[in-house]
Parts: sequence; C-alpha cells; structure tokens
Amino acid sequence: MSLFEQNFSVFLQGFGHTLLASIFALVGSLILGTIFAIMQVTNSRTARSIGNIYVQVFRNIPLLIITLFFYLAVAKVIKMTGFTAGTIALTLYTSAFIAESVRAGILSIEAGQMEGARANGLTFGQAMRVIILPQAFKVAIPSLGNQFINLVKNSSILAFVGGLDLMYQGNIVAANSFDTFTTYIIIGLFYLVITLPLSYYIQHLEHKLKKNA
Amino acid sequence: MSGFFSAFTEANLGYLMGGLGITVGVSIISVVLSLIFGSIIGIVFFEKIPYFSSFVGTINNIVRNLPLLLIIFFTYFALPQLGLHLPIFWATVVAMTVFQSAMLAEIVRGGLEAVDVGQFEGARANGLTNMQTMWHIVLPQAYKKMIPPIISQLISLVKDTSLASGIVLAELTYRGQIIYAQNTNFIVPVLVVMTLVYFLLNYGLSLIAKWFDHKLA
Repeated sequence: MSLFEQNFSVFLQGFGHTLLASIFALVGSLILGTIFAIMQVTNSRTARSIGNIYVQVFRNIPLLIITLFFYLAVAKVIKMTGFTAGTIALTLYTSAFIAESVRAGILSIEAGQMEGARANGLTFGQAMRVIILPQAFKVAIPSLGNQFINLVKNSSILAFVGGLDLMYQGNIVAANSFDTFTTYIIIGLFYLVITLPLSYYIQHLEHKLKKNA
Repeated sequence: MSGFFSAFTEANLGYLMGGLGITVGVSIISVVLSLIFGSIIGIVFFEKIPYFSSFVGTINNIVRNLPLLLIIFFTYFALPQLGLHLPIFWATVVAMTVFQSAMLAEIVRGGLEAVDVGQFEGARANGLTNMQTMWHIVLPQAYKKMIPPIISQLISLVKDTSLASGIVLAELTYRGQIIYAQNTNFIVPVLVVMTLVYFLLNYGLSLIAKWFDHKLA
C-alpha cells in the first residue's frame, strides 16, 4: 500500500495522460472514421478506393509501427513530443476501425431512407448528416464503445515513445521500487477503472438492442 | 532511391526475415493454445454452471479490459517475483495466450449460442450424452460460423506480437529497430518494409476470412 501512496502523484499523472490521449484520439478518430466511412459509400469510385485503401492499410499494420513512424520519421520534419506522436498514431489507427463500424451502421439503414431524402430535395451531404448518420450512429454505438475500450487499452503504446502515460509511469515506478508485481497490479486497476464500467455498459446496451430487435 | 535500398544488405534482410519467422511462430503457437483454452472457457460460459460460470466470466472480463502490453510486462517482469521465470519467447506466448483466450472465449460463446436449440434436443433425444452432443453435433457447427472472427483475432495477434519488442523478443519489429539503430538513414526504409511485410501477411489473412465468410453465407 505504501508503494501506492508514495507514487500516487506519478500514477495520477500517468492516468491523466492516458485519459487525455484517449479523449483526443477518440474525437479525432470519430471525425476521421466517419469521413472515411462516408467515402466508402459514395458513388465516386475514387473516393471509395481511397477510403478502402486507408482502412485496409491501417487495420492491417501494428499500431507500434505507426507510432514509431511518427516519433522517428515525421518528428524529424515537424517537431513533436512522444505524447503527440503517439496520440496521432492512435487516432489514425483507431479511425480505420471506427470507419468500419460506422460504415456497417450506414449500410444497415434502408436504402429507401436515402432515396426518400434525395427525392425531397436534400443534397447527398444533407441527407447523410440529417437523415442517415443519426440512425447509423445509433446502430453503431455498441461497436463504437468497444472501439473506445480498445483505444484506451492501446494508448499504452505511448510507453514506447516516452508518452508519460500510465504504462510509462508504471514502468518507471517498477524500475525504481523493484516491486514490479504490485506496481503492475496498480496500473492494471487504473486501466480497469476506465474500461470495465464501459464494457459492462456496452453489454447492457447490446442486450437491450437484441431485445428490441 | 539507392539510399533507400542500402538498408537492405543481404545480412540485414536475412536478419529481418528471421524476425518474421519468430513473429509467425509466436502467432501460430499462441493461436492454437488460445483456441483450446478459449473453447474451454467459452463452453463454461455457455453451460451456465452456477457460480462457477459467472466467476470465470468476471476474470475473463478483467483480462479482456487490460492492455495487452501490461499483460506482457507483467508476465515477463512481475511473475519472476513470484518465483516463475519464463524465457522471453515463452513469456510472450503465455501473455498472448491469456489475452487471446479471453477474446476467443467470447467468440466461442457467441458461436455456441447461434446453434439452434433443436440440435441439442435432437442429439439428446437420440441418446447422446451431454459431452457427445457438444463434441459431435454442436461444436462442429459452431466452429464453422466462427472461422471468420477467429481469423480476425489471428490478425490482431500477429499485429500485437510487435508489442513483445518491449521485452526484447527478437521478432520483426525489434529486429527492424536494431537495423535502423546502426544508421538513422535506415529509419524510413526499414519502417516502410516492415509495414509492407505486416500488411501483406494480415491482408492475406483477411482475404481468407472474407472467402470463408462468402462460402458460409
């Protein structure tokens, strides 16, 4: 317990960075992911293939490689900290998965909705924003929630680039105190504080959706 | 362009490909082990044994909601404190297996729940025991439906092995880091080639998953 008390401020700082990176990456990847999802369902062949290639590439390579790319290569041209590099990589990586969730949401909406909206004089953009996306997001909420849990867990990648997050601080405390076991248990509890309630809430939502269906 | 390829001397290429071998090796051993453990846990969920199933379910949820990187570090750095020393390779396999079993257990449970109740009833009515029903009738049908999600778990497993570079497992990512540590001009070429190798491997796997998806639909 004294290990926890002695290093409380360090853990809290790590927790703050993990939370901050997760929230930045969540907002960024929701925006990017939605854009790429819409690109994949438009009529334009170019937009569709760009959306497709983006999603396939980022889904199939390790997050660590993307992070290292920003930290080692991009940071040489544009100065950035490990925290920034890691958060950008996290955003790009997660946006590919969010694009898939949102795309599935959009495809689950009847084609008649789009046709009806267009027939009533809405442009494609308007129909998307006002009619399709609100319904699509509702369908996609459980899977978006799971992506957010993954995002929080994946934010531990920041530890590789000195991103000051929970995992990074935990490694330092573990190295200084020699009590690796207790330290990692504490770090794990901090992560669970965010992820576990979320995961139970999503399970609850899924049950509710299943019952309504 | 010649600068780009100068990173890939025969020795470096061989070294990288050896890393790919370790990546693939860890992935295959881990996926086989986690299929076995994941199936057992999934069946425990499905059978709803009083107290036991919900206990296992809680543990499973905790494992699923922890970062894999933490589980890897815990296995390699914290378990020795309890007197359990694992070599790097097996520490990675154990960490991957624990994490992936938890993921696969959910998939197995989902697959079992998707099998029609009539299949159980029919098998039991024909005199098969509970075990026989599971083994001969239900599991084969469930696994057929589970092939695509299992392959996507395999894809994340292959990607996640890169995290083991954090405990200095000499897999693909770690070996790439060793090569560009010799010369900073190698950073971009090595990262590009590693991206390509991971992409081809995982995209190939995702095509197989898609093929099964179409075939089973």
